[in-house]
Amino acid sequence: MATSCLLLGQELWAAKTKTLIYCSEGSPSNFNPQLATDGTSFTANARVLHSHLIDVVLGETTLVPGLVESWEISKDGLVYTFKLRQGVRFHTTKYFRPTREFNADDVLFTFNRQRLKEHPYHKVGGGVYNYFESMSMGKLIKDIVKVDDHTIKFILTRREAPFLANLTMDFAGILSAEYGAALLKAKTPEKMDMFPIGTGPFRFKRYEKDSLIRYEAHPDYFRGKTPIDNLVFIITPDASVRTQKLKTGECHIIGEPAATDLQMFKRDPKLRVLQRTGLNTAYLALNVEKPPFHKVKVRRAVNHALNRKAYLDAVYLGNATQAKSALPPTIWGYHEALQEYEYNPQRARELLAEAGHADGFTTDLWALPVSRPYIPNGKKLAEMMQADLAKVGIKAKIVSYDWPTYLAKSKLGEHSMLQLGWTSDNGDPDNFLGTLLSCAAVMGGVNRARWCYKPFDDLIQLGKITAERNERIKYYRRAQEIFKSEAPWVAIAHSTIFRATSKEVVDFKINPFGPDLFYGVGLQ
Amino acid sequence: MFAYTLRRLTILLITFIGVTIVAFSLIRLVPGDPVLLLLGERGASPEAYAAMRANLGLDRPLLLQYLQFLWNVFHGDLGISIVSKRPVIEEFLSRYPATLELGFTALLLATCIGIPLGIVAAVKRNTIFDYSFMGVSLVGYSMPIFWWGLILILLFSVTLGWTPVSGRISALYDIEAVTGFMLIDTWLSGEGRAAFFNAFRHLILPAIALGTIPLAVIARMTRSSMLEVLGEDYIRTAKAKGLSNLAVIIIHALRNALIPVVTVIGLMVGTIITGAILTETIFAWPGIGRWIVHSVTSLDYPVIQGGVVLIATVMITVNLLVDVAYMVSNPRLRSQGR
Repeated sequence: MATSCLLLGQELWAAKTKTLIYCSEGSPSNFNPQLATDGTSFTANARVLHSHLIDVVLGETTLVPGLVESWEISKDGLVYTFKLRQGVRFHTTKYFRPTREFNADDVLFTFNRQRLKEHPYHKVGGGVYNYFESMSMGKLIKDIVKVDDHTIKFILTRREAPFLANLTMDFAGILSAEYGAALLKAKTPEKMDMFPIGTGPFRFKRYEKDSLIRYEAHPDYFRGKTPIDNLVFIITPDASVRTQKLKTGECHIIGEPAATDLQMFKRDPKLRVLQRTGLNTAYLALNVEKPPFHKVKVRRAVNHALNRKAYLDAVYLGNATQAKSALPPTIWGYHEALQEYEYNPQRARELLAEAGHADGFTTDLWALPVSRPYIPNGKKLAEMMQADLAKVGIKAKIVSYDWPTYLAKSKLGEHSMLQLGWTSDNGDPDNFLGTLLSCAAVMGGVNRARWCYKPFDDLIQLGKITAERNERIKYYRRAQEIFKSEAPWVAIAHSTIFRATSKEVVDFKINPFGPDLFYGVGLQ
Repeated sequence: MFAYTLRRLTILLITFIGVTIVAFSLIRLVPGDPVLLLLGERGASPEAYAAMRANLGLDRPLLLQYLQFLWNVFHGDLGISIVSKRPVIEEFLSRYPATLELGFTALLLATCIGIPLGIVAAVKRNTIFDYSFMGVSLVGYSMPIFWWGLILILLFSVTLGWTPVSGRISALYDIEAVTGFMLIDTWLSGEGRAAFFNAFRHLILPAIALGTIPLAVIARMTRSSMLEVLGEDYIRTAKAKGLSNLAVIIIHALRNALIPVVTVIGLMVGTIITGAILTETIFAWPGIGRWIVHSVTSLDYPVIQGGVVLIATVMITVNLLVDVAYMVSNPRLRSQGR
């Protein structure tokens, strides 16, 4: 009886203090989004703790001011001047008490740590700023100049229309320069990445290794305090255990639910299922440097040979839409009128005959070795593709490696056909068309089709340096037409992201970029 | 006695070096490159890749890497985790209490239930109880832990709602780690009995899942050992003297029957550590088992090497202590040792 009363007391306390419990699929590698490379870490360390100069409207790709009040772009497109928001407070915690508000020094600290090798924090945490580098920010930013405490200028080496979108990415979350200085003085700079201080909606309280992460609402958050008081991450690596914890009410929201549990969640009256098309594309890259894929007719034949509708049911369990472009339909610039390659084995055989391969040919098909949001089961997909290709005379041998080797070897272009995918970093079309299909990306190895086609590349470069969005849309639409005609990929699918939550949870929305967001989420 | 201990220590040192070689080389046989894994799907420039390899010391010849590792181990330095950038020993010590708490509870459960069950099965030999016990214990011994763990969750947590699904304590209790043992920390925290009982309820299912195999082994060993002892002449004599059945079993039979059982309980420490790897993953228990699994998937070489060396050190030390204790307690071994 006494125990029951005490337990009831705890529940009443929980109800009074509003604690949201999120069961995450893994432990974060650190609490600094500049150093993270995986979605699990970004959920725990990025927008929950840090704010950005520019934000994206949740669920859209529209840019809005974050820690800036306004911005101006010079006529030559090389200088971006930001007026910083005033009155923004950093977190006050047991381990750090800020004496000043956010200002230009924090912006300098955040970006200079990543771009300047001589910066005292550059080497802390390993010195590899994966996302900053992958967006070429180091080469793009020529200088950052503090005009006054509330004005800062970014000077670029070239015009780059997606620059503002890049500033919305997780690596651009603003850190505290004052905290950095205090830790340097105490000779413990490494603490910055494990005991974070930011201006985000939650402040860090404690991390119990592989068990729990505790956050408290930041009472002075510049957009207003979030409705809940505490946020707790329970680290639960096993998907089936996460499911059971949600059913028993031990979690309010679970990360990465198993697709096979979706129907069960929908049937449960205590649970709610949210879903939306992800900003991702799964594709089969056809290596144009490996014969016979240098022939466009062979590439078109493969596009006609694959029955992608069948893959949606068997591999994605219906949780995906068929792709016809490299861009997902939720990204601006998407070409709705683009005609997709219909499944037509007869047409595929004709095209192969026209290309001089009436008897087919032998090739290799690299199967994705891990489950990714864009391809949940690469092996099954490869087997289905192999069967489809055999029907038109193409004998494909399925090849697979461990994940890092798969990525490294395919970067060198050792494959003929390769399954892969991409999730948008910043909602800009260039992040797909430029990053994955430009001539520069062939050299970097990210263009797995190794397709460098000047008419396409010219349009992509124009899109990248043009500030006017409508103009950019025109370039990207033409580029998608060329993409379709030249067929360097078989665009397979855009997978659906879904989340299951308890019905007590209100205003939780799926972030199409991946990491879950908790600002504004409440409990009934 | 001294010569025996010295010989054991020499064997221990050779075993320890063997463990370092196995720990070092096995993980390097696993396909994949930890640097590529660390850099993630988006990769990094060749310069950044090379810099990171050099930074982690992975660009040097394997033999040099091993010798450096061995040198560091003998100086008490197990390296820095590639993923968390924290010293391996610190990471180990922060998780070890969780595993110890779970392992001790599982072993306690296995012993407290296994021995009485074994005794009853031996006393009631060839009855329906004995046959049922033999069958059930065989099933318990053969069950995969991950499957058994999920069945327990489905039955006791989801269907009956008696126990929590996973974790060490409800997220609503904010307990700061002082000793690392949750049952103790809940008392120290001042949260009172409710927190303690909450932590205890969280311990029940993982302890059952982890303790099932040792329970079956201990019970079967107790049964067979008891059967052997119950057939001895001195038991017959004790019965002839008119002692009650209970007194014969507890005072005369059990004492002697327990000698091999205690040895088996010592050997079960290894089973518990192996089982903890699966149990901790299923029940989201933040111990060393889960830590090692996570390190294998992320190819965190220093953690795997250091973790295996530390676990092996614990096992070797336990074995040494058992051997020395035997030596002290058994005159026949003492004379052989001399």
